[in-house]
Amino acid sequence: MTAILEMRNVSKSFGNVQALRDVSFTVEPGEIHALVGENGAGKSTLMKVLSGVYPHGRYEGQIIFEGEERKFRDINDSEALGIIIIHQELALIPLMSIAENIFLSHAPSRFGVIDRDEVYRRTQQLLAQVGLKESPDTLITDLGVGKQQLVEIAKALSKRVKLLILDEPTASLNEADSAALLDRLVAFREQGISSILITHKLNEVSRVADRITVLRDGRSVDGIDCRAEPVLEDRIIKSMVNRDMAHRFPERQPKIGEPVFTVENWSVFHPQHPERRVIKNVDFQVRRGEIVGIAGLMGAGRTEFAMSLFGRSWGVNISGRARLEGHDVNLTSVPAAIDAGLAYVTEDRKQLGLILADDVRKNITLASLAQVAPKGVIDDIAELKAASGYRGRMRIRCSDVYQEAGQLSGGNQQKVVLSKWLMTDPKVLILDEPTRGIDVGAKYEIYCIIQELADAGRGVVVISSEMPELLGICDRICVVNDGAFVGEFAGPDATQEKIMRAIMRNEALTNQETAA
Amino acid sequence: MTDKTVSLPEEKPHSGFLKNNLRSYGMLMSLFVIMLFFQIMTDGTLLQPLNLTNLVLQNSYIVIMALGMLLVIVTGHIDLSVGSVAGFVGAVAAVLMVRYHIDFPLAIIACLIVGAAIGAAQGYWVAYFGIPSFIVTLAGMLVFKGLALALLQGQSVGPFPATFQKLSSGFIPELFPGAAHLNPTSLAIGAVLTLILVYASVKGRAREVEHGIEVEPFGVFAAKNIVLAGVLMYFTYLIASHRGLPNVLVIMTALIALYGFMTRRTVVGRQIYAVGGNAKAAKLSGIKTERLVFLTFVNMGVLAALAGLIFAARLNTATPKAGLGFELDVIAACFIGGASAYGGVGRVGGAVIGAMIMGVMNNGMSILGIGIDYQQVIKGLVLLGAVCIDVYNQRR
Repeated sequence: MTAILEMRNVSKSFGNVQALRDVSFTVEPGEIHALVGENGAGKSTLMKVLSGVYPHGRYEGQIIFEGEERKFRDINDSEALGIIIIHQELALIPLMSIAENIFLSHAPSRFGVIDRDEVYRRTQQLLAQVGLKESPDTLITDLGVGKQQLVEIAKALSKRVKLLILDEPTASLNEADSAALLDRLVAFREQGISSILITHKLNEVSRVADRITVLRDGRSVDGIDCRAEPVLEDRIIKSMVNRDMAHRFPERQPKIGEPVFTVENWSVFHPQHPERRVIKNVDFQVRRGEIVGIAGLMGAGRTEFAMSLFGRSWGVNISGRARLEGHDVNLTSVPAAIDAGLAYVTEDRKQLGLILADDVRKNITLASLAQVAPKGVIDDIAELKAASGYRGRMRIRCSDVYQEAGQLSGGNQQKVVLSKWLMTDPKVLILDEPTRGIDVGAKYEIYCIIQELADAGRGVVVISSEMPELLGICDRICVVNDGAFVGEFAGPDATQEKIMRAIMRNEALTNQETAA
Repeated sequence: MTDKTVSLPEEKPHSGFLKNNLRSYGMLMSLFVIMLFFQIMTDGTLLQPLNLTNLVLQNSYIVIMALGMLLVIVTGHIDLSVGSVAGFVGAVAAVLMVRYHIDFPLAIIACLIVGAAIGAAQGYWVAYFGIPSFIVTLAGMLVFKGLALALLQGQSVGPFPATFQKLSSGFIPELFPGAAHLNPTSLAIGAVLTLILVYASVKGRAREVEHGIEVEPFGVFAAKNIVLAGVLMYFTYLIASHRGLPNVLVIMTALIALYGFMTRRTVVGRQIYAVGGNAKAAKLSGIKTERLVFLTFVNMGVLAALAGLIFAARLNTATPKAGLGFELDVIAACFIGGASAYGGVGRVGGAVIGAMIMGVMNNGMSILGIGIDYQQVIKGLVLLGAVCIDVYNQRR
């Protein structure tokens, strides 16, 4: 079979940084080709070369698509041939409908007037193809991230896609939505559409990929044909990081003490729909030195629960009792929650965690300025020392603490956010998706930090969509579904199946209730 | 995945220094070049002591309002009402002092309170109701322009008591009236101020060295201080050789120092920048974002009131047209001075330099006899150019 795409000896450098070295890469018709590698390995750069973001002449090497050498000047050239890339950050306009978004650039029209019936009809067809039951008039903002992702794919289909490139499509999806999305890719394969899947999630790779290419430091270091040989996750990880990752999670000997944070009968209502109860009479406890995981599907109310605890940052009509070290605490505002000893590390680093344009130092001290500012005047040397201290302790890789936070990689940004909260010296830390969008090596470091925090006698709560992660680091895992806690497992007893079953059993129950 | 972070180039200790500070020095350089240009074009009229004193008096109210506007812009908002508020407060001052003969200290205090109340009223809607500041202050602009007109019944009201006029047209008293040409007191104040500044910067450097913090090379440091001291002393000399330091200049300098310190070194200042940089992240870090936004508007109101008083005292009458269009000069000063329209970025020094650039251009073009029509065209282009350069520099 001749390849639909062949990239020959592609090299690309930025100044003196060699981002790609002599990479060759092929995709066959009707194949799902997984591209894996650590952050900075060159995956996105390779895809930008392919899609014309870096035009011909700005890289070395050749691109051969459907048997001809192509010299793309920009992304329109590659799209015209059916090479469509879907970026991690979705390019949808929130306040427009699904139909308007799909046909934003190429609406069927007569004399410049959009044929709305045709748009509606074709959108319906496309949505059916990606398995979405929404009306074409639904606004994007009313869809969850999973469905938005499917709209992006529908948009790609509308452009007669031949090669679909997905850059970490499931990074912000829960297991069910991820599975749905991967099923779509498999369905497209049947129709002869090839896909390139960039991902950090190895279970997805082994599930759907026909071939795997591993990039490391801008080189292609391994190619695996999944149809010919078994896919060993350890082999992939080893190629990615060139070190044995037999221990993906640090060893743990928990030293668990008395309860430090107790929540009783906690209920929260939706801010926009105040009649909807999102968190339902939750009882929850963390002990000193304990890492508690909160598992559940996206939309189960995990983040909402955490943020409602942290100074009522989410929800209305919040009721329930919260105690820290046995005493009732006032958590009615963020400053009060911080004073009480609570810290919340957000799932959305860039929007909610960091001030990207400010330097590392300012970000670290932001939540505890009083410590370096006696009488309201900042002691710049005390501040610098505090920030540099965390930089060393957390091994934040930056040129100095005056570097802009926005310039750091995901893992290092996360360490900055963690430093900010450590500086407030919390008794309880809630970490929401602490390793989202972070590469394997940095993940390990974050896990180590989480363990150190617990070992120092703090209570740690980890919310995560990646079940292996929860299983790997937590002493206890609570399962949330539809705003209620539906199961709890001690770390060693928990398995993915048990957690899934707890969720599904509850789903079945709630469905029965509504039926009755 | 970002390609930017593939590997961070190791920066040599000092290579980054000039680059990092080029932006703030670039502003100063622009001001210097513009001044030099007009100094040559006007055959030295620009820097004559009389003209320099006038320059200060003419622009003081713009500079004072720019201090407040900078904070508003840094939080990511805008205040279009400052011109109208300044005019309205001038009218209030005239009514209080001219019609009701209220003593000027009491009237000044009352006017500043009126300014604070106006700022609070507008800030309330912006901060706690989330109404875009553009709309709230556009409404305020119309309301207070109208109220000033109503209060003055369409007429000019004046003159003010002589003591109040001193606010704008007065000079600090001369302690040694013997010297006819130069004012020794003003000269001495300038010299002391210069010494304090140089001492503070030497001390600061020593402190950083003591704690093992990288500092700029000594040559650069020394040159910077010598130039700074020289320029300061030269201007002091020029000002002193007319009638000494104007009262307004004293007020203005004190306010610049206060706001400069506040923005760079205090917790409140840091938090204002954080709110502008990322309000949601700031809020989740325990910063009371609404209250800070509210307070920046209150502060703006007080400074607009002060500017209104100074302007009224300078004209020695309150007119319904006072303050017309001030907001544009003030906002332009902040943006020329490097503030970002997206919030989170901007310096007090930049805003002051921006105001001075506008002032020098106004003054210089007037001396050259350029009509008010082309003056506006040129000012508009300078604003656009300054912001373009800034955006270009950030993209690099």
